[in-house]
Amino acid sequence: MPVAPDPTQSFAEYANPGRLVSTEWLSANLGTPGLKVVESDEDVLLYDVGHIPGAVKVDWHLDLNDPVTRDYINGEQFADLMSRKGISRDDTVVIYGDKSNWWAAYALWVFTLFGHEDVRLLDGGRDAWIAENRDTAFDVPETSPTDYPVVERNDAPIRAFKDDVLDHLGKGPLIDVRSPQEYTGERTHMPDYPEEGALRGGHIPSALSIPWAKAAAPDSRFRSRGELNEIYGGVSADDDIVAYCRIGERSSHTWFVLTHLLGYPTVRNYDGSWTEWGNMVRVPIVRGEEPGDVPGASS
Amino acid sequence: MTELPDSLAEIVDDFAAVDGSDKLQLLLEFSRELAPLPAELEQDAMEPVPECQSPLFLSVDDSDPDHVRLHFSAPAEAPTTRGFASILHQGLDGHSAATILGIPDDFYSALGLADAVSPLRLRGMSAMLARIKRHLRG
Repeated sequence: MPVAPDPTQSFAEYANPGRLVSTEWLSANLGTPGLKVVESDEDVLLYDVGHIPGAVKVDWHLDLNDPVTRDYINGEQFADLMSRKGISRDDTVVIYGDKSNWWAAYALWVFTLFGHEDVRLLDGGRDAWIAENRDTAFDVPETSPTDYPVVERNDAPIRAFKDDVLDHLGKGPLIDVRSPQEYTGERTHMPDYPEEGALRGGHIPSALSIPWAKAAAPDSRFRSRGELNEIYGGVSADDDIVAYCRIGERSSHTWFVLTHLLGYPTVRNYDGSWTEWGNMVRVPIVRGEEPGDVPGASS
Repeated sequence: MTELPDSLAEIVDDFAAVDGSDKLQLLLEFSRELAPLPAELEQDAMEPVPECQSPLFLSVDDSDPDHVRLHFSAPAEAPTTRGFASILHQGLDGHSAATILGIPDDFYSALGLADAVSPLRLRGMSAMLARIKRHLRG
């Protein structure tokens, strides 16, 4: 059974307040039956230097990606992962991580591909927990296998592929959540290094530049509804929105904000992102600070 | 074929001897062993390595090219970066500039961490070594 939502008043202004929990709430609710805590970090060792007591680790690279094909794991692999981590289909899962929940949001997005109903983020993530000197543990919890069902991944509602993006050009907004230097196509690496990851720099024509981290306050918590409305003023609830970054992880954070905090119903994450677009032959690219026009579109 | 100095070759052997999650535990041990900065070195005066996903500062002292001194600083919340820095510190500190310049740029692939750590994160380590070499050539 899902655990009752965190009633923290400051979450009430968001569209889906039940998608966030506070550090206070999680502290008070650790050990509640049906509540599972997952740590998902950029730094693969962080879980091992101390984690929230009872939390299990899910690694984006080892656990959520297929080891061979560039794709996410399938339904069997996800069911197996959930069973190994002791998570049941109707459990409430709270995910937290480093870097303002960057990778935690990515894990949450992948859980959503499999339709896991109740999955939430710890507002402020690992940084907030550590900053408040809350309890941490070193031991990896012993979990019992679960009978998590094999659920077919449902990509269409929240995931965009390159053909979807080509078709989307000129019809709806794109949000590029990378750094301004990546957006303009300026070289970001030192002269001795080849441009890694993509052969071409720039952005998808018409994409707005809204770096993902703008949605996070300095304490790693999400910014207020009012601030978010302002940051994402270029798009609205009526839009069909596609967000992208380099491999789709930073744009998962933006996807979470648009979907669950602002309540926009149609937001997809293009996980191919710049490492696909910037390497594809004959797709349109715009360099510089302006979004640019879609080729062939009447202006 | 360039020979690795014994100090670095031993580390490579240690990693080769363990599998999977034990490799991460070993990297974690290195991370814990990263020496604190000597008092006279301020992090502000050190060179940032922006290719690393987490903040890393590096100082290369080659005033005696036969005994190059390396110093690294990375925050506690970046244990992978600390682990990589610690491997380079324990493997290369005190060696000659010629020895360090002779380390193959892809020596870290012999650590066998690519499966556990992801190529993206490993890139930080190649960036650190490249930075050190560029300083020595400079």
